[in-house]
Parts: sequence; C-alpha cells; structure tokens
Amino acid sequence: MSKEWPLWEVFVRAKNGLSHRHVGSVHAADAKMAIEAARDTYTRRMEGVSLWVVPSAGITASDPGDAEALFAPAADKVYRHPTFYSIPEHIRNI
Amino acid sequence: MYTTELKDKNEKNTKPVGAGLAAEDPQRLAVFEARVAADDFIEPKDWMPEAYRKTLTRQISQHAHSEIVGMLPEGNWITRAPSLRRKQVLLAKVQDEGGHGLYLYAAAETLGTSRDEMVEALHSGRAKYSTIFNYPTLTWADIGAIGWLVDGAAIMNQVPLQRTSYGPYARAMVRICKEESFHQRQGYEIMMVLAAGSPAQMHMAQDALDRWWWPSLMMFGPPDDNSPNSAQSLRWRIKRDTNDQLRQKFVDVTVPQADAIGLKVPDPDLKWNEQRGSYDFGAVDWEEFYAVVRGEGPVAKERMNARVSAWEDGRWVREAALAHAEKRRASRLAAE
Amino acid sequence: MVEENALFFHAVRLGDDALVLGQRLSAWCGHAPMLELDLALANIGLDLLGQAALFLGLAGEVEDKGRDTDALAFHRDALDFRNCLLVEQPNGDFAQTIARQFLFSNWQELLMREIAAAPEPRLAAIGQKALKEIAYHARFANEWVVRLGDGTDESRERMIAGLEWMWRFVDELFDPKDGAPSHRADWDSRVARVLAEAGLEQPKPRRGVLGGRAGHHSEHLGHLLSELQFLPRAYPGAVW
Repeated sequence: MSKEWPLWEVFVRAKNGLSHRHVGSVHAADAKMAIEAARDTYTRRMEGVSLWVVPSAGITASDPGDAEALFAPAADKVYRHPTFYSIPEHIRNI
Repeated sequence: MYTTELKDKNEKNTKPVGAGLAAEDPQRLAVFEARVAADDFIEPKDWMPEAYRKTLTRQISQHAHSEIVGMLPEGNWITRAPSLRRKQVLLAKVQDEGGHGLYLYAAAETLGTSRDEMVEALHSGRAKYSTIFNYPTLTWADIGAIGWLVDGAAIMNQVPLQRTSYGPYARAMVRICKEESFHQRQGYEIMMVLAAGSPAQMHMAQDALDRWWWPSLMMFGPPDDNSPNSAQSLRWRIKRDTNDQLRQKFVDVTVPQADAIGLKVPDPDLKWNEQRGSYDFGAVDWEEFYAVVRGEGPVAKERMNARVSAWEDGRWVREAALAHAEKRRASRLAAE
Repeated sequence: MVEENALFFHAVRLGDDALVLGQRLSAWCGHAPMLELDLALANIGLDLLGQAALFLGLAGEVEDKGRDTDALAFHRDALDFRNCLLVEQPNGDFAQTIARQFLFSNWQELLMREIAAAPEPRLAAIGQKALKEIAYHARFANEWVVRLGDGTDESRERMIAGLEWMWRFVDELFDPKDGAPSHRADWDSRVARVLAEAGLEQPKPRRGVLGGRAGHHSEHLGHLLSELQFLPRAYPGAVW
C-alpha cells in the first residue's frame, strides 16, 4: 500500500474568550493543506475564529491505566478547592 | 444504519458481534461492561475487548462508506439542478455528506485502522455500505425523495447514536445530527413543490416515491427475528431500538407527510390500526434486500466503479503532495 | 439581442464567469482524489455559484425586463453568454482543473478589488463579499500549482500539460476591447512568482483565442449549457 497523507488533529476556538477544543482529524500532506482541510471540514458553518492543526504523531497522551496514579491523588487534596473553607457570609469579596 | 447487519443471511463464517469475548480477561471485561452499562463513554486509549474494537471499527467505517457512496446518487443531479438555488443547496448537501464521511473515518481511525485500509476494504468489496445507495436517481424528484425518505430514515437511526458508547463515534454523531435536519427539509420541500406543480411534475414525484419507499424501509435492516446481533449491539449502545421498532416509527411519521402533499405510499396493505395507534403495512421483499447486500443492486457496479476510479485516478495527486512535502522538509533540514 | 446598458453587460460577464466555473467545479463532487479535496472544490464552487446568483440578479434588476437570476442562467443560449473562454474549459484531470483555477482566480482577485471600489454601490457590495472568497481560491490554486509542479515527475508533466491547455485563453482576460482593466503586469508577476516556486517555466507566448465576451465560445459551452438548462427548458413555466 502506498504512503498515506499523515493524520492531523484539529482544534477549533469557537470565539474569542474560549479555548481551542478538539473536534476531530484530517489527512493532509503538509501543514498548509491541513489548515485548509480543517477549515473546510470543521468550520463550514462559521464555527470558529481560530484553528490549530497538530500532527497526530506529535500528541503525547496519558495512559488511561495511569489515571489512578495521575489523577486520584488530586481527588483527596480537597483543601485546593474553595468550597473546603467556610467563611462567614458577612465577609465580602472572598 | 446498523451496518453490522449488512450480511447475507446465508453467509457462512461471519462471526457474530461479540465473538471472542470469552477469551478476554474476565476482570477487565467486567469493568468495561459495567462502564458501558453505566452510560459512560469509552475513549480511544481505554482498554476494550478485541470484539468491541472490531465491531466498532466495522460499524463506524461502514457508516463512513455509506456517506461517501451516498454522495454519488445525489451528485448525479448537481449539474442538472433546475434552479441556481437548488443547485447550491444540493452541492452543499453532498459536500456535507463528504464531511460526515470524514468525521466518521476520523472516529474509526482512533481504533487503530488507517483510512487507506478502510478504503481498500470498501473497494475490494469486503466492507459494506448502506443498501439504499445502490439504487439509481432517474429524475429530479428522486433528489426530493432521497432527502425526505433516506435522510429521514438515517436521522432515526442516528439520533440515538449520539449517546453510543464509543466517545469519538458519539461526538461525530452529534455533529452529523446537527447538520442533517436541513438535508431532510430540503428533500421534502422539493417534493412539496413538485406535488403542487404541473401534471408532469406530480407524476415525477409520485413515481419517485413509488421507487424509493420500499428500499427506504429496508434501510432499517432485517426483521428482528433475523437480527442475531441485536442483544450485544444494544448492550454496547450501538443501537437503542430494534430494527422493527424504528421501521414502524418511520412509517408512522412519514405516511402523514405523504398524505399532506397528496402523494400515495405504494403499499396496498397500508392501513391505520386504531388499536395499536400505528400503521399496519405490507411485507418487505427481503430477497431483494439480501440480493443488494450481496452486491447485486441495480447500480452497485456504477457506484463501486465511481469510487475506485476517483481513488485510482487521483493516486498521482496524493503522491505528488507527499513528494512535495518531503522535498520541503528535506530542504528545511538541510538549511538548519 | 441588443442592449445598450453597460452595467447590465458588466454584471452579466461577471455572473457568467462565476456560473460557468461554478458549474464545472460542482462536477468534481464525489470524484476528487481525496475526500478533503471534494470538500475544498465544492467550497470554491459554492462561492462562485453564490457570486453568480448575485451578479446575475443585479443584471436582471438593471435590465428591468422581468428577467431574474434563473431566467438569465437557464434561458439564454450560448451566443448570449458573456463568460471568458477559460472558465468553460473541461475539468480534465486535477492538474488541468488547477491550471484553470490558478489563471482565473489570480485575475479575478485583481478585477474584484476594482469592483469592490466601484462607484455603483450594488456592484461594489457584491465585489466586497466576493473578494474575501476569491483571495482563498487564489491561495488554494497557487499552493496546488507548487505541489504539483514540484511534486513527482508525473505531477509535473500533468501540471505543464494543464497550463499548456489553458494558456491560449489568458489574453482574453486582458482584452482592452471589452474594457477589461489592465492588470496584466500585476497578474504576470504573481503568476511568474508561483511558477518559479513550482520550478515551472512560463508557457510559450502564443496567439490568444478570443470571442467569449462577444458570445462566440468554444465547443464546450454548448454541452455545458445542455446539461445546465435541460430541466427548465424541458418543462417551460414549471416552478421547482
């Protein structure tokens, strides 16, 4: 089988103030083509002001098996969350 | 379309959905099934049984193939659309279908099969696509009928898939469902105008309904007693309702739409059943369905020919783009 | 058909260019080398059909004889079409299609900048909208000329063949007889820059084929119109 156009992951910022969100992928031979393909595929209905395309091979993902090690310790450090502290209601601006 | 059911009922050696589950680690499998049962989503890097990966890959890629092949019957009329507005709307619709194929191929690729492999499977005949696209578009009214009936049936199949268990598939379906509603309205509007037009146009519309009605009912797949994969598919949230349930719903929704514009559904056994609160309807010719699944549909050869030609004739373009990108990369490295 | 109104003819020329090229591009949908290209070519086609609707709509308004966009698009014969010969050329292979787009969009962009600043406000409004779309078309075509020209041996040969096919229709774009603006120098330098980047030589100068602006087209337009106009002509008076 002949070589394929590489895969790129596409991220769209819907409007200013929001973050880029992952929306899917496109195949393209180079970065310019990837941006154009992403525009044609994912923003036909004016769904974005900014596009990022990243070669899929460039993404490093956490292993879901490590979810416990990576994410669980944060779950019991509840002192990081504002709701842990009870401040009397009459204190303003806090 | 529950494409996992696109097989001839007499096909030997086709493994049912869920084959091989017994070989999986029972503990991991139990955790997996519990997550799915709890309406959780499975994401690309999660552990999943091989059977699930295979089934989803086949389901999603065949869904993608259906969108791509589905561009052809309607594409047949873009250059002949009878007004500039109809031409623009049809071109946008067919473009959307290409886009849907793209979202679905992207989702399937997250399961580890490349787009090239999936295209190869389609072109070799190993992979299937929805039977409906093997029928010809003979008049402009066919374009109306397809939007109204075929997209209508597809929407019914697709809405529940927005909560299917595999994350990328569910997200692709959310995008697709958002875009589908214009497709069906476009089709019905065409039929409305024709049915209210000249005698020749009315005849065109009725003739199209006559030819597309039964194949549309077949889109929901074989009757429930001939659907061995239903239980597993329901468990994995690949389907929500059974084939017969959806088919009944489609008839109940669509017959009044035909009545409203003065068109007659070509079924002498169609009758409102007051007790059931539903329409009784005639028997579907399942021999026709299985023949089309086997590849004997009226224009199956034309469809495959068109897709294979586009791919083969375009090979030099894809190779050129890669070669160029490679040259640029090499010269950038050399410059550093 | 004698019509003295210069604005009418101007709008018809612009509309016909867009209509014919939009029609050509829409034939690619479902048959492109890659799914991503089906979408890209359809996008350009849709932009052009949109421009056609606006320009022909304006023409009908200006003529004031009750002809709307569809009347103009579907009920004129080839002698009354005013598109340039370039846009009616067949799609051929992808390189031929890109060659046509490359030569046309770079010209259309220069032209549309003038239209966008036209004193006639309705024309200017359409021009401003079209300009944004056309900038993208030109960029797309330029990039593909480079990819194909500087890709493989086969793509280079095909790109050269495509340019060779289309080159005889360039002079018509700049024919002063039709009041076409003299952007030739600008266009020449843009095109030369892209061809250089693609490693391609400028096609040899040759006698330009003219006539489209006067209704004398190539053999291709008749067939294109047969397909485009069949239904409204087969069912006169029908509403679709």
